[in-house]
Amino acid sequence: MGADGSGGAMSIDLQTVKKIASLSRISVTDAEAEAMVPELNNILGWVEQLGEVDVTGVEPMTAVIPNHLRLRDDAVTDGNVRDKVLANAPQAEHGFFAVPKVIE
Amino acid sequence: MSNLTDLTVAEIRDGFRAGDFSAREVAQAFNANVAAAKALNAFIVETPERALEAADAADRAKAAGEAPKPLSGVPIGMKDLFCTEGVQTTAASHMLEGFTPTYESTVSKKLWDAGAGMLGKLNLDQFAMGSSNETSYFGNVISPWRRGSGDNAALAPGGSSGGSSAAISARLCPAATGTDTGGSIRQPAAFTGISGIKPTYGRCSRWGIVAFASSLDQAGPMARTVRDNAILLETMSGFDPKDSTSLDLAVPQWEANLSSDLRGKKVGIPKEYRPDGLNAEISAMWDRGIEWLKDAGAEVVEVSLPHTKYALPTYYIIAPAEASSNLARYDGVRYGQRDLPDGAGLQDMYAATRAAGFGPEVKRRIMIGTYVLSAGFYDAYYTQAQKVRALISRDFDLAFEKCDLLLTPTAPSASFALGEKQADPLAMYLNDVFTVPASLAGLPAMAVPGGLDAQGLPLGLQIIGKALDEQTVLNAGLAIEERAGFTARPDKWW
Repeated sequence: MGADGSGGAMSIDLQTVKKIASLSRISVTDAEAEAMVPELNNILGWVEQLGEVDVTGVEPMTAVIPNHLRLRDDAVTDGNVRDKVLANAPQAEHGFFAVPKVIE
Repeated sequence: MSNLTDLTVAEIRDGFRAGDFSAREVAQAFNANVAAAKALNAFIVETPERALEAADAADRAKAAGEAPKPLSGVPIGMKDLFCTEGVQTTAASHMLEGFTPTYESTVSKKLWDAGAGMLGKLNLDQFAMGSSNETSYFGNVISPWRRGSGDNAALAPGGSSGGSSAAISARLCPAATGTDTGGSIRQPAAFTGISGIKPTYGRCSRWGIVAFASSLDQAGPMARTVRDNAILLETMSGFDPKDSTSLDLAVPQWEANLSSDLRGKKVGIPKEYRPDGLNAEISAMWDRGIEWLKDAGAEVVEVSLPHTKYALPTYYIIAPAEASSNLARYDGVRYGQRDLPDGAGLQDMYAATRAAGFGPEVKRRIMIGTYVLSAGFYDAYYTQAQKVRALISRDFDLAFEKCDLLLTPTAPSASFALGEKQADPLAMYLNDVFTVPASLAGLPAMAVPGGLDAQGLPLGLQIIGKALDEQTVLNAGLAIEERAGFTARPDKWW
């Protein structure tokens, strides 16, 4: 099951690992990324075997135990806890979360 | 009174009510055992004052003639994945070091409301990702068990609820909470010679539990007896409007309905769980378990779960995918660590914070999850896995047309030495081969001790039940417990 439809085993290279790390918002050094190439390839090579399962006509599972999503009254049930919400923030100022300057 | 810490939850509860001892005496005895067991590293935070506070409240209420609560006088351990108001909650990560919740998880609140006291927050694999408790930022938990050969190698207590399993088997607490995503209650229970049950998905509220893989995560109790598990599960279960997947059902009286009489019950033995090369001692213990259930009156039938071999690869797509989404919340803004390099912008801060805050296994799973969910790969990996998951679930439905419960081993081996499987993530993942399928299907499943191997280490049997039929699971567990006569305990070396 090549995800690209090629039918062959996928292989991840250094550039791909760096791209995944970037999408994951995790900074990695070159050495870390290189160490992850064989690790991730091993794991992804192993999960490739799912491609051999015949899933014709099978719907992807969305709920493991049948359950209804409940509706509730459209009313405020929570709130007025600003200080509690901010209590664990690394940096909170004037009642807000504070982040570094964003300049695009 | 020297052996209060050998009592079960039921014995503590009943002895407290009968006036055999005070709640304070019990709390003090367990606090002393906790304080003397630093070598096991089972606790991240010890809270002896909380245990005493609950005990004193129970003693005062009793003196005032008030009716006891379900768990009055019983101190327990709390896995450090449950948010506890005012007490640091870390998920064993650096990311959440110092995080002090301003609210209480639903499950822990139910336990405290029922009169239980907290001995401390138990160590675990980081964000519950691991099978040996070697991924905790706060160090490995050491199993109290050692091999009979006298090699004194430090053994794994199992994972991810390794602090819970080690603490219970070492008599640091009579019971503890666990959580189970792919086997995190059952495998550590098996490794340490105790019992634990993962209820049907939706029985216990997930609100306030640090999320790993939301479609799989379930809380459950761990203790030394089946009865104790029934007692705790009754308190922990129940509808919670704050969890959208919580089941709006009454909580059965599992303890009152315990019965080891299995006449009329059919036990399925899934043939795919006995692959070539299955450890001979595990296989022999499984055979003994089958005989015990027959002795209890059950009829044994062979069943087939044909997609079993695909359960682990399915799990290792779905669980990392959900983890990569759930753990996106750790951004260095709202709670937890922040790493802000000089002159860094917002994106740099995210990446630096997450690089410093997550351990290697957590990063590995986030990245696998990110990859399988990324554009161009989603259908081939994630959608395919969700379809195979549906087939795995259907296997169980078909098997349960022929039987009422399933009996299998809990893990493919006894506990192994710390470090033995660390180098190869895949070898570690294979530990969950017998526990993951029931997780994918959301079914109740329990581990009970089945005996010791030739090295003197515990082995566990697993009972899997139909959705919502925890009673049959507990009853079969009781039938095994009565016949296994498992009284082994680790010799104190810590």
